[in-house]
Amino acid sequence: MTVAERTPLVEMQDINVAFGGVHAVREVSIDLYAGEVVGLVGGNGAGKSTLMRVLSGAHPADSGEIKVNGERVSISNPRDAKAYNIETIYQTLALADNVDAPANVFLGREMTTRWGTLDDGAMEDATRKVMGRLNPNFKNFVSPVKSLSGGQRQAVAIARAVYFNARILIMDEPTAALGPAETAQVRNLIRQLKDEGIGIFLISHDIHDVFDLSDRISVMYHGQIVDTVEKASVTPDDVLGMIILGKKPDEVTEKDKAAIELSG
Amino acid sequence: MTDVASTTPDQAPAAPGFSLRGALAAAEIDTRLFGMLVALIALLLGFHVASGGTFLAPTNMTTLAIQAVGVAILATGMVLVIVARNIDLSVGSLVGIIAMTYALLMTDWLSFVGIGADFPFRWLIALGIGVGLGVLIGAVQGFIIAYIGVPSFIVTLGGLLAFRGIVWVQSQGAAVSGLDPTFLLMSGNAQGSVGATATWGLAIIGCVVIVGLLAYNRRQRRRFGFPVRPLWAEVLLGAVGCLVLLGLAAFANDNFWPPGAATRYAQEHGIVEPPGGLRIPVGFPWPVVILIAVTLLMTFVANRRRFGRYVYAYGGNPDAAELAGINTRWTLVKIYMLMGVLCAISAAIAAARLDGATLDVGQSYELYVIAAAVVGGTSFAGGIGTIPGAVLGAFVMAALAYGLAYNGVNSSIQNIVAGIVLVIAVGFDTYNRRRGGGS
Repeated sequence: MTVAERTPLVEMQDINVAFGGVHAVREVSIDLYAGEVVGLVGGNGAGKSTLMRVLSGAHPADSGEIKVNGERVSISNPRDAKAYNIETIYQTLALADNVDAPANVFLGREMTTRWGTLDDGAMEDATRKVMGRLNPNFKNFVSPVKSLSGGQRQAVAIARAVYFNARILIMDEPTAALGPAETAQVRNLIRQLKDEGIGIFLISHDIHDVFDLSDRISVMYHGQIVDTVEKASVTPDDVLGMIILGKKPDEVTEKDKAAIELSG
Repeated sequence: MTDVASTTPDQAPAAPGFSLRGALAAAEIDTRLFGMLVALIALLLGFHVASGGTFLAPTNMTTLAIQAVGVAILATGMVLVIVARNIDLSVGSLVGIIAMTYALLMTDWLSFVGIGADFPFRWLIALGIGVGLGVLIGAVQGFIIAYIGVPSFIVTLGGLLAFRGIVWVQSQGAAVSGLDPTFLLMSGNAQGSVGATATWGLAIIGCVVIVGLLAYNRRQRRRFGFPVRPLWAEVLLGAVGCLVLLGLAAFANDNFWPPGAATRYAQEHGIVEPPGGLRIPVGFPWPVVILIAVTLLMTFVANRRRFGRYVYAYGGNPDAAELAGINTRWTLVKIYMLMGVLCAISAAIAAARLDGATLDVGQSYELYVIAAAVVGGTSFAGGIGTIPGAVLGAFVMAALAYGLAYNGVNSSIQNIVAGIVLVIAVGFDTYNRRRGGGS
C-alpha cells in the first residue's frame, strides 16, 4: 500500500474518555488519510460519536494524542478543531433554529464590514453560492431554519462544514433523517469531497452506506476498536459480526454464529 | 430594478387585491410589532374617550413617557438576558444601589476627595462611577452564572436581597438628597427637557437617519441582487416614519412650562412676561431622548454585532452555539455587564427625578421589566424577542397604569388589570406562534 508511506491527515493515538466510571472510549487509535473515507461503525454506545467528539473539540479526551499532518496538536474546544480545518456535521445538526440559514452557516465565523458590523448581505450571497452547489432547490435564506425541511436543514449543516475549506470532515449519521433522494445527494457529495482530497470520518448505522462509500472500516465495540479493515478484504457479514460480537472474523466461533442466527 | 424582481424566484408575488397582512409582509414590517403598536394606540384612545377627551394632552403623554423610561431602558437589556435563557432578578436592587451611590457621591463622597460643588463635570464623574459599578456587579454575577454554573435565578435572587441590604448600609437607613444641577436635567421635568429648537433638530436628524437607513439597506441588497422591498413600500415607510417623528416633535413642543416655573425663569432672566404668561415649549424630555438613544444602540448591538448574533444563537440552541466555536460563557458575562450599564442609566434617571435617593429606588423594577419584555414578545423558551418590542411592552404597561390612575381607578385594581393583561398578552402570543409556526 502506498498509503502507509504518506503522513496521515489525522492520527488519534491511545485515546481514553471516561464519563464517571464508564469508559466510553478506551485506548483507541485511528488514522485518516487525505482523499479517504473511513467508516466508523458499531452498536449503540460503542463510542463512535464520543471518539469523534474528541476530534471535533466538543469533548476533550482524558488522555491520548492527536496528530494533524504528523504534528501533535491540542484540541480542547471546537475553535481549536476548526483552526486545524476539522469540520463536523453532527447527528443533531447543531443548528440554531431561531436564526436563518446564512447566520447558521457563518455562526461563530461571521463576515463583518469594515466597521465591524455583521455583513449579512455578503453572508447571504456566499450561502446562496454554496447552496447552489449542494442543493440547488434550496431557496429559503431568510426564515429561521426551524421552518425548513429535514433535508434542507441537513444542507445548512453541510454547507457550514464545507464552506470553510474543511480538510478533515466528520459526518455523524449524515443520512439518518433523510429521504431516498436526499440520501443519494449526500452520497454524491461525499464522493465529490473525497475527490477533492478531503479526509472523511463517516459514522453510520447503515452498513450499506458504509460499504458503498468507505475505503477502510473501523469497527468499535464497548469503547474499543475491534479492527480496522480494508473494505475490499471483508464482506458486510464480516463487519456485522464484528459489530455484534466485538471479535475479528477469524476469531468467531460456530457458537457465536449460532447466537447471531438466534438473535437476528 | 425590474430585472432583479423577475430573476429572483423567491420574490413575494404581488397579492391579488389588498390585504393588510400581505402589505405588511411586502414592506417587511414585523406584524407582531405592528400589532403591539396598534394595541398601544387603541389603549391610549380608549383612555382618552373614558376621560372625556382630556387624556391625550401633551403634558399627560410626556409624564407617561417619563414614567415608562426607567423600566423601558432595563427592558432592552432584559430581552437579551431572557433570549439567552437566563433571568436577572437583581435589576431593581442594582438600580437602588447605583442611585444611592449617585446621591452619596454628589452630596458627600466627591467633596470629600476634593471634587466640590463647583468642580466641572461633577455629574459626569458620578455617572462614570455609577456605570463602572454596574459593570463590575454585572461581571461578578455573570461570572458566577457562566463559569461556576449557579443558575441565574439563584444568583440574581441573591443579588436582589443583598443589594437592597447594601443600600441601607450605604445610607444608614436615611434618604439622601441634593444632586448636581446638571445631573438633574435627567429628571425630565420642564427644565430637564431639550426645548423647542433641539426637539425639531432631533426630529429632523431622525428623518435623515430613517431615509438614509432605508436607502443603505436597499443598496446593500441590490449589491448582491437580492429581492428588495417594492418601491412604494420604501417610500411609504420613509414617509410614515418621518411624519410620525415630526408629529411627535410638534406634540412635545405643544407642551409648555408650568406657569410658576416660567414666571421664575422670566424674573431670573429679566424678561417681561407677556399677558397670559410666558409660554416656553418643553419639547422632548431628556429621559425620552436617552431612551431613544439606548433603544437604537441596543437594537444595533442585537442585530448588527457579533455579540447580538451569539446571544440569539445561544438562546436558540446553546449546544449549537458552543459547537460552532462561540465563547458562550464570555457572551453570558457580557450580557450581565451590559445589564449593569443599563441599570446605571436607569438609576441616573430615577435619582434625578427624586433629586436624590431613597431606600426603595427601583423596588420591584425587576417584575415590571420582565413583564415589559414578555408583553413585548420575548419568549422564556429562549432565542426569541426584540428590543423595540420590549420598549413597546414597557409603554403598554405604563400606559395601562397611568391611564387607569388618570381615570380614577385605584392602585389595587390597576395591579389586577396589569396582571391579567400580562397573562393574556403572553397567552395570545403563544397561541399565535403555535398557529403561525414562528414569525
